[in-house]
Amino acid sequence: MNEKTISNKERLAIPRQKMPAQDPNERVTNFREVNLGYTPELARMEALRCIQCKDPVCIAGCPVNIKIDQFIKMVADGDFLGAAKKIKEDNVLPAICGRVCPQEDQCEKVCVIGKKHEPVAIGHLERFVADYERQTGHVEIPEVKPPTGKKIAIIGSGPAGLSCANDLVRLGHEIVVFEALHELGGVLMYGIPEFRLPKEIVRQELDGLKQMGVSFQTNVVVGRSVTIDELIEEEGFNAVFIGVGAGLPWFMGIPGENLAGVLSANEFLTRVNLMKAYDFPESDTPVFQCKNRNIAVFGGGNTAMDAVRTAKRLGAEHAYIIYRRSEAEMPARHEEIHHAKEEGVEFLLLMNPIAFIGNDQQQLTGVRCLRMELGEPDDSGRRRPVPIEGSEFLLPLDMAVISIGNGSNPLIKQTTPDIEVSKRDTVVVDINTMATSKNMVYAGGDIVTGGATVILAMGAGRTAAKAIHEKLMGESHGFDEW
Amino acid sequence: MYTIVSAIFLAENIKKIEIEAPRIAKKRKAGQFVMIRVSETGERVPLTIADADPEKGTITLIVQGMGKSTRELNQKKAGDSISDIVGPLGTPSHIENFGTAISIGGGVGTAIAYPTAVALKEAGNYVITINGARSKELVVLEHEMQAVSDEAYITTDDGSYGFHGFVTQKLQELIDSGRRIDYVLAIGPIPMMKAVAEVTRPYNIKTVVSLNPIMIDGTGMCGGCRVTVDNQIKFACVDGPEFDAHLVDFKNLSDRNRVYLPEEKKSEEAFTHKCRIEKQG
Ligand SMILES: Cc1cc2nc3c(=O)[nH]c(=O)nc-3n(C[C@H](O)[C@H](O)[C@H](O)COP(=O)(O)OP(=O)(O)OC[C@H]3O[C@@H](n4cnc5c(N)ncnc54)[C@H](O)[C@@H]3O)c2cc1C
Ligand SMILES: Cc1cc2nc3c(=O)[nH]c(=O)nc-3n(C[C@H](O)[C@H](O)[C@H](O)COP(=O)(O)OP(=O)(O)OC[C@H]3O[C@@H](n4cnc5c(N)ncnc54)[C@H](O)[C@@H]3O)c2cc1C
Ligand code: SF4
Ligand code: SF4
Ligand code: FES
Ligand SMILES: [Mg+2]
Repeated sequence: MNEKTISNKERLAIPRQKMPAQDPNERVTNFREVNLGYTPELARMEALRCIQCKDPVCIAGCPVNIKIDQFIKMVADGDFLGAAKKIKEDNVLPAICGRVCPQEDQCEKVCVIGKKHEPVAIGHLERFVADYERQTGHVEIPEVKPPTGKKIAIIGSGPAGLSCANDLVRLGHEIVVFEALHELGGVLMYGIPEFRLPKEIVRQELDGLKQMGVSFQTNVVVGRSVTIDELIEEEGFNAVFIGVGAGLPWFMGIPGENLAGVLSANEFLTRVNLMKAYDFPESDTPVFQCKNRNIAVFGGGNTAMDAVRTAKRLGAEHAYIIYRRSEAEMPARHEEIHHAKEEGVEFLLLMNPIAFIGNDQQQLTGVRCLRMELGEPDDSGRRRPVPIEGSEFLLPLDMAVISIGNGSNPLIKQTTPDIEVSKRDTVVVDINTMATSKNMVYAGGDIVTGGATVILAMGAGRTAAKAIHEKLMGESHGFDEW
Repeated sequence: MYTIVSAIFLAENIKKIEIEAPRIAKKRKAGQFVMIRVSETGERVPLTIADADPEKGTITLIVQGMGKSTRELNQKKAGDSISDIVGPLGTPSHIENFGTAISIGGGVGTAIAYPTAVALKEAGNYVITINGARSKELVVLEHEMQAVSDEAYITTDDGSYGFHGFVTQKLQELIDSGRRIDYVLAIGPIPMMKAVAEVTRPYNIKTVVSLNPIMIDGTGMCGGCRVTVDNQIKFACVDGPEFDAHLVDFKNLSDRNRVYLPEEKKSEEAFTHKCRIEKQG
C-alpha cells in the first residue's frame, strides 16, 4: 500500500499493528525489555492507519502538543529521521515517552479512529522513530547558542529537571544540575524498571546533555548540602529550577505495617533498580528473598505493576496485586496491567487489607482482608468500594509491598520558608510560568503536581525554561525556533 | 570519587577516617550523618559525622567493621578514595543549655555521641560522659571525651578498665547519688539504648537516643528507615535519627534490623573469601 494512493476506507481496514514482545514465560526469568519495538514495516503499516485529520484532535490530547499527524505522515512515507526531528520540536525525550506515557488516557484516547476501531498506536510509533534515530546513530547534538553569561541551578535530575536543563543550555546559559542520589535520572533510573525502560536510553539522553555542556553534581542534597539561598547569594546562580519529585511513600495506617517484610514500593524498587540488588551478592545491596515465596503488592498504579512484576522476576511463587476497587478504576497504564496478567500476576480486586499478621520475630506471615463491592460513586466519580460483611479472610504472605502513593518532599519547605507550599506540601506555582513565590525560583514536576507523569514533568520543565529565559534576557525570541 | 586524607585504627576493628567533602564539612551540625558508597557496586551506608574541618574541607568518620561494607571501608588507607559520599543528612541534634547533661556511648556509639557532647558543652551544659566498652582495648576517643566533659567515666564489661559493669549501672549510681540530671543522650547497641531508657523513665529525665535502622537512600525517598515512635511511623533519616527514648519501640527496631541477616552474612563471607585469595595471590 502506498501513502499517496490509499483511501480512508482502506486505512480503516488495517488492523492496529501489534507490538512485538518477549514471550511471557521467557521474560519473567529476565529483566530485559518486554516490548521489542516495531520493525520499519510494522511502523509504516501502522502509520497508514492515520487518516490525517484536518483537525488532528490527537495533538490536544498530548500534554506537550507533539505534531502527531505530521510525524506519522513522515513515518508512512518512510522518512523516519524527519519524523524524529518533528517530534523533538516538542518532546525532548521521545524514546522515553513513547514507552511510558499513559497514551490511552492522552493522545490515543482522543484519536478519531478510536471511536469505531482501535486508535492509531501513536506511542508505539513515537518510540519507533526515536529508537530508529538512536540505533542508526543519527542523533545530532543540537546547536548551542553563544554564552549568555547567566547561570542556572537545576535541583533534581528527573524528567522535569532534565528537560528544563536541555532547553536552557541550548539558549547559551550555564547549567548546573544538582542531584541528591549517586545516579542521575530520577524515577527514570530508580523507579521504572529496566524491563519497561532500558537504562541505556536514559544514559544516552544524559550524555547528550553533557555534550551540550550541562554539568552535573551528584551527591548534593539541596537544602542540606547547600541551600537555595546560598546557591543564589554565594554561588552566583541567577535562577533556580526545583524538580525534586515526590517525597516519602504513604503507608496504609493499618496494624502490623511495621512488621519486617512490609516495605514500600519505593524501597523495593530502589533496592532492585538503583542498587542492582537483582545482582546480589555481586552488588552489595540485598533485596527480600522472593524466590518461591508469596508476595503481595497493594495498589493499582504503575508503581504497583512495576513492583509486582519485579517480584515475579525475582522468582515469587505467587505475586498478587491487591486493590480496593475494580480493574476499571486502576490508574496503571493498560499495557502494564495486560503484561502483568500475561506474566502470571494474580489480581485480587475489590479487596481491602485490614491488618498485617506476624510471628514472634515480628516477621510478616499474612494479611487479613475484607472483600468489597462497588457502591455509589464518590467525589471522584468512581464507584466507592464498600466492605461485604463477614467476608474477612487471611492470605498467607512473606512480603508485602505498599504502593498507594507518595507525599511531598518537605526539605525545600523546611529550608527555604519563603517558597509557598500547599496544604499537601506541594510547591505553589503560576502555571503559565512555573514561577514560585520566591523571586527567580521556579518549580515543576511531581513536587508541584504530586505524583503524576513523565510527560507532565517534562512539559513543566520546558514551560519553566521558557519563563526563566524570558525573565533573564528580557526577550522571547530564540525560544520558539525549536 | 572522594579522597581519604587519613585513616588510622583507634581500636581493633574501629577506624578513624578523614575524607575530603568540602560542602559537607561546611554545613554539618552535631547529630547529622552521611551516606557513603565504597565502590560502584557498593551499598549505601549511613555513618555519623564525628568531626569536620571546614577550612580543610574534610570530615571525620569513625567506623566499626561490622560486615562487608564497613570492613571494606576500613581497609582503605590515606590516598585511597571511595565512590560516593552525601550529606549532611538527618535533623541536627536539638541543643540547648539543659543544665546537667549526660552523654552515654556504647562501643562505636561513643564516636556517634561525641559531636553532640561537644555541642552540649559549647551550649553551657555541665557535661558528664559515660563511655562503655566490652574491654580496655575497645575504648575509643577517651581523651577527646575527657576534653569535653566536666566528669568523664569509662565502664568495661570485663572490668579491664574503669568502672566494672554496664553504662546503665554507672548511670543508676549517678541518679542514686541524688544529683540533678536534666538530659541524657544514649547512643550504642539497641539493647543498651533500651536499658538506658528504662533507667531514666521512672525519674522522668528527658532521654534521647540515636536510632540505627537500615537505610537505603537516606534522603527521605524510600521509607525503609521507618521506626515506631509513640505508636506512629517516623522516618529516621529525615525525622531523626534522634528520638525521645521513652517513646521508641526498640523491639520493632531490632526485629526490622534483622531482615537481611542471611544476605549480610553471605555478602561478608564472599568478601572475606575474596580477601583471602587476594592475599595468597
Ligand atoms: C515506579 C514508578 C513507575 C512510574 N511509571 C510511570 C509511567 O509508566 N508513565 C509515566 O508517565 N509516569 C510514571 N511514573 C511517574 C513519573 O516517573 C514521575 O511523575 C516523574 O518521574 C516525575 O518527574 P520529576 O522530574 O518531577 O521527579 P523525579 O523523577 O522524581 O526526579 C526528582 C529527582 O530529584 C532528586 N532530588 C530530590 N530531592 C532533592 C534535593 N533536595 N536535592 C537534589 N536532588 C533532589 C531525586 O533524587 C530525583 O532524582 C512512575 C513513577 C514510579 C515511581
Ligand atoms: C544514622 C546512622 C548513623 C550511623 N553511624 C555510624 C558510625 O558513625 N559508625 C559506625 O561504625 N556505624 C554507624 N552506623 C551503623 C552502620 O551504618 C552499620 O554498621 C553498617 O551499615 C553495617 O553495614 P555492613 O555492610 O558493614 O554490615 P552488615 O553485615 O551488612 O550489617 C550489620 C548490621 O548493620 C545494620 N545495617 C546493615 N545495612 C545497613 C544500612 N544500609 N543502614 C543502616 N544499618 C545497616 C543491620 O542491623 C545489620 O544487621 C550508623 C547507622 C545509622 C542508621
Ligand atoms: S508524548 Fe505521550 S501523549 Fe504525547 S504523543 Fe507521545 S505518547 Fe502521546
Ligand atoms: S486523530 Fe488519529 S487519525 Fe486523526 S490525525 Fe491524529 S492520529 Fe491521525
Ligand atoms: S532511608 Fe529511605 S527514607 Fe530514610
Ligand atoms: Mg551490608
